[in-house]
Amino acid sequence: MKVTNWGNYPVIDAVVHEPRTTDDVRRIVAEERELIPRGLGRCYGDSSLNHTILSTRHLDHFIAFDSSTGLLTCEAGVSFADIVEAMVPRGWFLPVTPGTKFVTVGGAVASDVHGKNHHVAGSLSSHIASLKLLLASGEVRTVTPEGEPELFWATCGGMGLTGVILEAAIRMKRIETAYIRQRIVKNRNIDEAVEAFERNAEWTYSVAWIDCLAKGEHLGRSALILGEHATQAEVGFRYRDPLSAERPLSVAVPFMFPGFALNTLTVKAFNALRYATYRNGDSFVEYEPFFYPLDGIRSWNRIYGRRGFTQYQFVVPRNGAAALLRRILSRIAESGEGSFLAVLKLFGRQEGMLSFPMEGYTLALDFAMTPEALRLFSELDTLVTENGGRLYLTKDVRMNPETFERGYAKAARFKEVKRSVDPHGKFLSLQSRRVGIL
Amino acid sequence: MRSVLFIGAGSDITRPLAHRYARAGYGIVLASRSLPALERMADDIRIRFNVDARAYAFDVTRTEMHASFYAALPEPPEIVVCLAGTLGEQALSEQDIGAARQVIDANFTGIVSILHIVAADFERRKKGSIVGVSSVAGERGRKSNYVYAAAKAGFTAFLSGLRNRLYPSHVHVLTVHPGFIRTKMIAGRETPGIITASPEQVAKDIYEAQRAGKDFIYSRWFWRYIMLLFTMIPESVAKKLDLR
Repeated sequence: MKVTNWGNYPVIDAVVHEPRTTDDVRRIVAEERELIPRGLGRCYGDSSLNHTILSTRHLDHFIAFDSSTGLLTCEAGVSFADIVEAMVPRGWFLPVTPGTKFVTVGGAVASDVHGKNHHVAGSLSSHIASLKLLLASGEVRTVTPEGEPELFWATCGGMGLTGVILEAAIRMKRIETAYIRQRIVKNRNIDEAVEAFERNAEWTYSVAWIDCLAKGEHLGRSALILGEHATQAEVGFRYRDPLSAERPLSVAVPFMFPGFALNTLTVKAFNALRYATYRNGDSFVEYEPFFYPLDGIRSWNRIYGRRGFTQYQFVVPRNGAAALLRRILSRIAESGEGSFLAVLKLFGRQEGMLSFPMEGYTLALDFAMTPEALRLFSELDTLVTENGGRLYLTKDVRMNPETFERGYAKAARFKEVKRSVDPHGKFLSLQSRRVGIL
Repeated sequence: MRSVLFIGAGSDITRPLAHRYARAGYGIVLASRSLPALERMADDIRIRFNVDARAYAFDVTRTEMHASFYAALPEPPEIVVCLAGTLGEQALSEQDIGAARQVIDANFTGIVSILHIVAADFERRKKGSIVGVSSVAGERGRKSNYVYAAAKAGFTAFLSGLRNRLYPSHVHVLTVHPGFIRTKMIAGRETPGIITASPEQVAKDIYEAQRAGKDFIYSRWFWRYIMLLFTMIPESVAKKLDLR
């Protein structure tokens, strides 16, 4: 069948297995020469694509929940949407969540996802007590950061290349309400934005939306959005049941937009309008629009049309970040390749051999898949890697082996661990082959 | 706690249907032969929806155990959904009466046994709802599966009689005739994609019909018209067709 991920590029033909039990998984892994596990397909490119795919869609059971410690054990195919639906009413939240809840636990571990709280909480792997991993040999191993650190830190962020993640135990965090106390700080340019991040580093959640088409003195004008889980005392008088948030209405993009719908003009107008609608100040918002602003618009990836799109997400070290970001942003603004969505975020330190975060600033930009965009990326690759940065594998669809090797210093160690548990290279993706993990 | 009992809970329809009832606050009781799979489903439901969920080993063909099974439930259910059934091997049924009897027992005789126990309880309590998932296959025998189809035809007739009997006692009986569903039952068989429903769609149809107190539904709705046409073909013509 035809399979594609969130960026609608590439579209490939693949055999898709849908195991229902661990025994099914073991049989498929034994029978297939090469395969890659796949969850909800929310990576942007080819990370979870190969000509044989093992879908975790039926491995979606909650296994155990300890309401005294908040330890939640579930199968790889359980989605973050399922988790927040089940757990928020009981006063628990995901310790780390990406900007969409339509990801699976398995995919989130394999991508070692980060959230708006990375600078204080680290990425998802910092909150995983243990994993159950099915290796190429068929052996199921329980992997903990204490017991088997090498395999654990290769698997978290390891893009599904060490084996099939069957289960994960996540340490959930306590919340008093389903609401977020939010503060918005508008910044006129990139220097102000970086300053604002540094000044507000004590906030649990922080992310900045950037108008990346603004030029000159407005280069990098942005709205920094800060948040804390609201306490009962803060919102108690407003809501009858502070843990139940109204489910927001969801609308869908009904069809593939034609290719010309998004152009410099429309994107510029959209970004200018969006910047203008942000207001400095504090408010209480429900957790859904705060964490998952785009989940309310299903299939929003269709606005890029059939050519597909990609996200260029990189991280650069904290030192000298402002100057480098200015260079990169002005290069993008010059190119006129409109990015509909651009997001800036401060990262803290991170373990994990192929985990994306490092102490520094990450910028994520969406682009339609065009030859011009691809040329721009090659230029940006050099700027990013020359300055000690790297690209996010989960968003990537075109990185070359050099960019990968330069960005990921622990790649060699990762390959060693992979060889030890997968000597014949059974778990591979189109992406892993492209960047040289064979 | 109000609860729903699923007989033949190994069906692929059970999980999406149980999720709907659990979301509405019902406790879930799952009964079928494969206990480990049911326990996995029950654990999942308990954590997801914060409701009571239990799993029981139950074999619809072992009728001698049915009364004690039902009596041992912690409380009588408010709704019983019967999804028990097996397609069997038609060729085997033609050669071996033992095999044919197994198909008939799993799709009919055994269900008569357990649903009569449920019916007696509901009749006494003057409330309750029974959902029987039969099949469009029961509306006309075809050479590819007519032993199964005959058992389903029996089940459908049984349900309408049961409805008639329980009506004065305010007990609701819903008959469901699903068409093709993408399940384990037909895994590997060719079915026309466009009229093959997902278990989720069928679960939604059943849930809504049960809540609305309907007597009979097709799922998906268009099977009503497919079966209308199909059963209009006279036997003199149908016998000559290659019906699979």
